[in-house]
Amino acid sequence: MTATLLKIPLARIAHARSGDKADWVDFGLFAWNEAGYRLLEREVTAAKVQAHFAPWLPGQVDAWPLPNILAMKFVLHGALQGGGARNLRLDNLGKAMGAALLRLEIDVTAEELEQAQKSPRRGWWPEMSTRT
Amino acid sequence: MTNAIRIGSGLGFYGDNWEPVVASIERGQVQFIASDHLAELTLAILQKDRQRDPALSYARDVVPMLLRLWPLMQPRGVRFVCNAGGLNPMGAAQAVQKTLAAAGWHPRIAVVSGDDVLTQLQAPGERFDHMMNGADVASVRERLVFGNAYLGAQPIVDALDQGADIVITGRVADAALFLGPLVHALGWKLADAATPEDFHRLAQGLTVGHLLECSGQGSGGNFGSQGSWQNIPDLAHIGYPIAEVWPDGTTFITKAPDTGGLVNFDTVRQQLLYEVHNPHAYFSPDVVLDMGQIQLHDEGQHRVRLTGAKGSAPTNQLKVVAGFQDGFKAEISWGFSWPDAWDKVQAAESMIRSQLKQRQLPFDELFVEYPGLNSAHGPLAPLPPAAELNERAEIWVRMVLRTRSKAVADGFGRLFPWMALSGPAYTCGFQGLNASSALLGIWPTLIPRDRVQARVEMLEPGA
Repeated sequence: MTATLLKIPLARIAHARSGDKADWVDFGLFAWNEAGYRLLEREVTAAKVQAHFAPWLPGQVDAWPLPNILAMKFVLHGALQGGGARNLRLDNLGKAMGAALLRLEIDVTAEELEQAQKSPRRGWWPEMSTRT
Repeated sequence: MTNAIRIGSGLGFYGDNWEPVVASIERGQVQFIASDHLAELTLAILQKDRQRDPALSYARDVVPMLLRLWPLMQPRGVRFVCNAGGLNPMGAAQAVQKTLAAAGWHPRIAVVSGDDVLTQLQAPGERFDHMMNGADVASVRERLVFGNAYLGAQPIVDALDQGADIVITGRVADAALFLGPLVHALGWKLADAATPEDFHRLAQGLTVGHLLECSGQGSGGNFGSQGSWQNIPDLAHIGYPIAEVWPDGTTFITKAPDTGGLVNFDTVRQQLLYEVHNPHAYFSPDVVLDMGQIQLHDEGQHRVRLTGAKGSAPTNQLKVVAGFQDGFKAEISWGFSWPDAWDKVQAAESMIRSQLKQRQLPFDELFVEYPGLNSAHGPLAPLPPAAELNERAEIWVRMVLRTRSKAVADGFGRLFPWMALSGPAYTCGFQGLNASSALLGIWPTLIPRDRVQARVEMLEPGA
């Protein structure tokens, strides 16, 4: 029996931040727990990130997995029209592009999704101690 | 045996809020504040200031900031390091000294300079290839307007060793603002670093700098997530991150008590990867950092233990960021209301294109986006169908012209006003009709270390 695959945006199992260095934009993509990290490693390849941004950005994508912090690093070459002081976009530094990465859809089973969302987070969060 | 020292984050950019630094000084038990006023973009802004008045090309917020902070720092013995000097570190230091002296305060101020390498970049025949695409600097040499090397931590250590209360630098590696005080206070080896342990300690210090250089972004600010950022407490009163660093390099990231924000595994690691390219080779003038074995562990509330940074010897080159004139832009924002807002925006854009063509105005690009619809995510945010957009209360269009001609950029706004009476109806809010601005291209490159001479000068007391 094969489990049905769901298409979900990365936003449901990960968080992200983006920033600029001259003409490149780089992204940190973070799973909330180990189960989520296994999905990131399996589903979010440099090729998929490049295809995701292709309608917008033609550049090469570099990717590095960082299992020690349950994260992946991506760098998009040539994403900022020559840099923040030359770029014509309102988001001239690419700060909102981290959210655009979280739009990327991946295929997961319902069980994998539940584990990635419900397994304990590694970090201490105040709402987890004060809210029930 | 030296105890741990505590260093607090100052500003994260020119224009940032310094009230959170007050909490770090008053309640955070810090011995040092390090403050990063310079982004890549900031030097471009300061360059425009320099064209108007060379005396002003520093991050001027350092003056009111120190006027606020120094009376709190002085009784506690807190020392302050910043790169607010921008393109004129001596000017910044003198302005700080003059303003504080007028209030009766006389801190010992040191100036670090020597980062300006523009004349070397401008010398004919020299090769300074673009770090990212390999292009020869000759293609932009005539248009270069600034060029600054990222200095390391050594001149900051020297200034602190000489007793400076306040150190004001030009361009230095952001993290060096933090690494300098750590090396000074903890007695780490820097220029004489030789063993793997020496470099691992420096790598821990570099990581501290990287985590703290963006102020609130290291303590829950700007936390990019869906459904979790709302659980970060009281961002209105955020505490900037503070690092408690032990002589062996072991570090705890925390913040002042009774402040907002959040320091935990998630907020700290999100900042760890910010604006880093290869995380296994994060270059600085002092050490090359490998993040691959870094461990972050929550040790109670708002306290994250950082260990495992691995360091190796730096290269014999320094990074340079240069800027070159790259034409001009003019941008107009314009809103249309229901009914048919989308169709009217399209018609207005078409009329502008027609005007540009008819008048044969030379331009390189007319960039169009719709704030409120797609300006954050471009084509990754698919637009709703036109029929739905036409029912919206309002739609804004932002048109930006890029051209080599300042006259064309200056005149772009004049293509619009007639349409207020003779174009589509129910329009409002023209913005930017008179504004054009210079565009600066960024040229990242490398320069041999021995061609850059950092200088440390102590201001004469009371001068």
